Amino acid sequence: MSVVGERLQPTLFERSRPGRGGDKIPHPPKDALDRLPASARRKTPPALPEINEPEVVRHYVNLSQLNYAIDTGFYPLGSCTMKFNPKLNEWAARLPGFATLHPLAPDEVAQGTLQLLWELEGILAEISGMQAVTLQPAAGAQGELCGILMIRAYHRSRGDTERDEVLVPDSSHGTNPATATMAGFRTITIPSAADGGVDVEAFRAALGPRTAAVMITNPSTLGLFERRIGDLLDAVHEAGALAYMDGANLNAILGRFKPGEAGFDVMHFNVHKTFSTPHGGGGPGAGPVGVGDKLLPFLPSPRVLKADDGSFRLERPHERPTSIGRLRSFVGNTGVLVRAYAYLRAHGGSGLRQVSDDAVLAANYLKHRVGAAYQIPYDRPCKHEFVASAAAIKHKTGVRTLDIAKRLIDHGFHPPTIYFPLIVEEGMLIEPTETESVETLDAFADALIAIAAEAETDPDTIRSAPHTSPVRRLDEALAARHPNLRWRGMVGADTPCPD
Amino acid sequence: MVPTDLRYTKDHEWVRVAGDEATVGITEYAASQLGDIVFVELPDAGRKLDQHATFGVVESVKAVSDLFAPVSGEVLTTNDALTGAPELVNGEPYGDGWMIRIRLADPAETEGLLDASAYDALIAAG
Amino acid sequence: MLEALGIADVDALFDDIPVALRASRLDLPEPQPELELAARLQGLADRNRTDLASFLGAGVYRHWTPPAVDQLLLRGEWYTAYTPYQPEISQGTLQSIYEYESLIGELMDLDVVSASHYDGAAATAEAALMTCRATHRTRVLVSRAVHPHYRQTVAAYFGGGLEVDEIPLVADGESAGTTDLAALERLLADPDRPVAGVLAGHPNFFGLLEPMAEIGRLAHAAGALFVAVVEPVSLAVLAPPGSYGADIAAGEGQPLGIAPQYGGPYLGLLASTDALVRQIPGRLVGMTTDVDGRRAFVMTLRAREQDIRRDKAASNICTNQALLALAASIYIATLGPHGLRDVAALGAARAAELELALAAVGAPRLHPGPYLNEFAVRVPRAREVHRRLLDRGVLAGLALADIEPDDVTLADALLVCATEVTTSDEIARFAAALEDVLAGRPPIGVEFGAGAERSERPRAGAGSPR
Repeated sequence: MSVVGERLQPTLFERSRPGRGGDKIPHPPKDALDRLPASARRKTPPALPEINEPEVVRHYVNLSQLNYAIDTGFYPLGSCTMKFNPKLNEWAARLPGFATLHPLAPDEVAQGTLQLLWELEGILAEISGMQAVTLQPAAGAQGELCGILMIRAYHRSRGDTERDEVLVPDSSHGTNPATATMAGFRTITIPSAADGGVDVEAFRAALGPRTAAVMITNPSTLGLFERRIGDLLDAVHEAGALAYMDGANLNAILGRFKPGEAGFDVMHFNVHKTFSTPHGGGGPGAGPVGVGDKLLPFLPSPRVLKADDGSFRLERPHERPTSIGRLRSFVGNTGVLVRAYAYLRAHGGSGLRQVSDDAVLAANYLKHRVGAAYQIPYDRPCKHEFVASAAAIKHKTGVRTLDIAKRLIDHGFHPPTIYFPLIVEEGMLIEPTETESVETLDAFADALIAIAAEAETDPDTIRSAPHTSPVRRLDEALAARHPNLRWRGMVGADTPCPD
Repeated sequence: MVPTDLRYTKDHEWVRVAGDEATVGITEYAASQLGDIVFVELPDAGRKLDQHATFGVVESVKAVSDLFAPVSGEVLTTNDALTGAPELVNGEPYGDGWMIRIRLADPAETEGLLDASAYDALIAAG
Repeated sequence: MLEALGIADVDALFDDIPVALRASRLDLPEPQPELELAARLQGLADRNRTDLASFLGAGVYRHWTPPAVDQLLLRGEWYTAYTPYQPEISQGTLQSIYEYESLIGELMDLDVVSASHYDGAAATAEAALMTCRATHRTRVLVSRAVHPHYRQTVAAYFGGGLEVDEIPLVADGESAGTTDLAALERLLADPDRPVAGVLAGHPNFFGLLEPMAEIGRLAHAAGALFVAVVEPVSLAVLAPPGSYGADIAAGEGQPLGIAPQYGGPYLGLLASTDALVRQIPGRLVGMTTDVDGRRAFVMTLRAREQDIRRDKAASNICTNQALLALAASIYIATLGPHGLRDVAALGAARAAELELALAAVGAPRLHPGPYLNEFAVRVPRAREVHRRLLDRGVLAGLALADIEPDDVTLADALLVCATEVTTSDEIARFAAALEDVLAGRPPIGVEFGAGAERSERPRAGAGSPR
């Protein structure tokens, strides 16, 4: 029924043959496990694949060829900031001094890493205008959880236990309300104003003694700077609530706007967005969190401290009882943070400001070009990303944004973010970043314009796209109705290996 | 034009009344908005539902929607066929894609529901 | 581009930032060209000591990673790829995640494996939350012998109205250091506070094997789910969670070919029975076909995730640890089942050697029960001994008082481990150095790491607490 396509690969399990592979590890003494009670031991070895190394290598090299990646092409993915991942950073993270260090090693053995982490905190604090930074959270979403838990601790510490609501705009990233729920809060969603920005009056009406926090992305998920942010922050503080900034869009405002100085109480960074650490097919990332004075006592533990003699150490258990504790093991995704540190030191203050200048210019240029064939719902200068709509194309030809996205694949591009934020019909959120050449931007705009024209003459080809990728459109309903999430059984010697 | 022998809610549920029992499902409009339905989460038999309360969840590939009780009552049975074939909701939304059967707590509640033409007008307005 | 936009300079594009809120400049060091930056980074790396004979485990373990793993990981198509939301051009990532789910599922003997969580601690906390969602109860019990960081993480995740209670450990006798079954039974018996989940580690934090089947039976009898917190390499030789009744298994995948890196990025393992598939947070990849009938892989059951369910999502997780899951898969594929078994068995053999060597110089085991490759030894003034061993080039595991300062029963104990990379030479060195330290002999002719100053400089508290 289902055929393994010609450029596709069999699974590891189909490659397996009894007796293959191994010889990496010396053989243990035969009685090595005799001292363990029989009841605790496996009855049969795990049915893991047995494959010789040359085939393992071919498997993973060939599989990698089925992937689109920044190193193969442009990702105009709004909200993801898919900038080039500097190769120096991979070298740095792999230095044995960094890579082999055990996280529970005594401070005196870890001075290099501790110094790097301490310096990184300082750099992020300066960028954000915050008082202090924790590097502990493993991702932006975990940073959000950290921030919201600190806000909860803050209110509790003041004896204020009535605040059980978090307000978010309807354009917010899904992690914001999900985070609020995880922390035990109710989410109130506030519709945006007609110009795409926060509706301050609507927020004012919803703010009150039950509001713990407001979570805002600035620039917004539409790529627009929140012009009324000052008024909103005032309203939030007047209501006794705190303001959280989702820092996913920081690439737009480096050196131009410091959230902490503007009045935000807490924010997270996505180092795998703004600071170039690789996405790795879905992760890892890191989500450091910056705080102002109010939340300083509640930072997760341990903090990285500098002693009077210039040495560095980790905070000890119980040293700061107001801490919310820890959200993960050990100190943080240090390997990722080394990469972010290298990126930040390479750019320096002037370089980072240049990053935002270039990112914003590229986005506005692309918006200008794409606007020739698509609607631009918000007709003002954007920041590092912009939203375009294919609603008119859909009404006229039946071709939807989803189809246009799939057709872009045939033009050699990864699609932009689609149907996010939810408030734009047939929306595409496009973010070029600062590391693309103008030739690439023009080629992408040309492709989008060509597809818009094709929609009028040959919509069927678009609706059945992509045609040139290793696999074509997938039956996602089948995958969800009858989930096959695990390979069962190893193929025996009588079934030939597909390659 | 939706079936005229049913009553409807603004949340796109339908109700077929037979004596003091009612069968509940979602409309074709709702099913097509959701797309290919992959899973339906339904309450256990015996559960008491208040009108407008959530009684379950319907999940498609790209969306999830709560199901709201159009009337109050006690759940008598649920449609087991939906476990293996959730696509029945797409294919036969008013027939084999039914979801729950309840004993009405207050038959008068059905008077307040939309009739076929009112529901048609609702979805035409978009 | 400026010309096309008809503006003179890029400042015009930032006019919408209110004047009062504009930043002046970034007060940061100047940009560094690559050559200089590389020297700076090398200098920092060199300030860490890499020359110690290490017996430190406590949740992160040294193993030999075949170079094939990292060389494959360095392919740009793997590490610079985005999340596979466009499956047509992400079959590499998607198939590798499906294979990872299958490999871990086989190791765990459980049906459903999430595409990864941040680390063992977060996976454990998510597992605990799963038990509450699935049972509609609000209380979990966690064995005191689960890793302290994991317990603290569960506590942080549970701060909003959910309860966590600790199951005490047996104090003396054959089962000392393991979960107290009688106490567990009492905790489960409270009719007003029904339990959603029971969590225990295997091996536990002290390296000891636990009576997992019994713990599971007690949990199920009380209507609670059973979560096993496990170490993946051990699963090559120990009975897996699925075989002793675990509903959910969580753990740390770092030992599967991932370097210690001072804390991460690591790999949170989370697996469950089929019955809990809609409760498991995180991404899932499944098999399907494309319009032409080709076999293909795609992220599925997505409606559970934050971008669709938003405030009703099971978890807020978005970014995961995909690249580390790939590393683990390549490691398992390269070693194979026999290689993985050899890693576990060789570690056990070295650990037995270590036990004898340390006992011979006056540091016997703290607990009598069976262990795989990690155990605690009794050493007077353990923190100070640890410090003095460091001076002699030995990282003598973890002084347990550093991670559990309030537990007086652990004040004079070191947690040590051995793996397949531990040599008999290193073991001999450790034992000899320990003998010297216990006898009060000063160090002679010891190598010092870069920048280390060995004098009687007073430090606030001996050792480095965590």
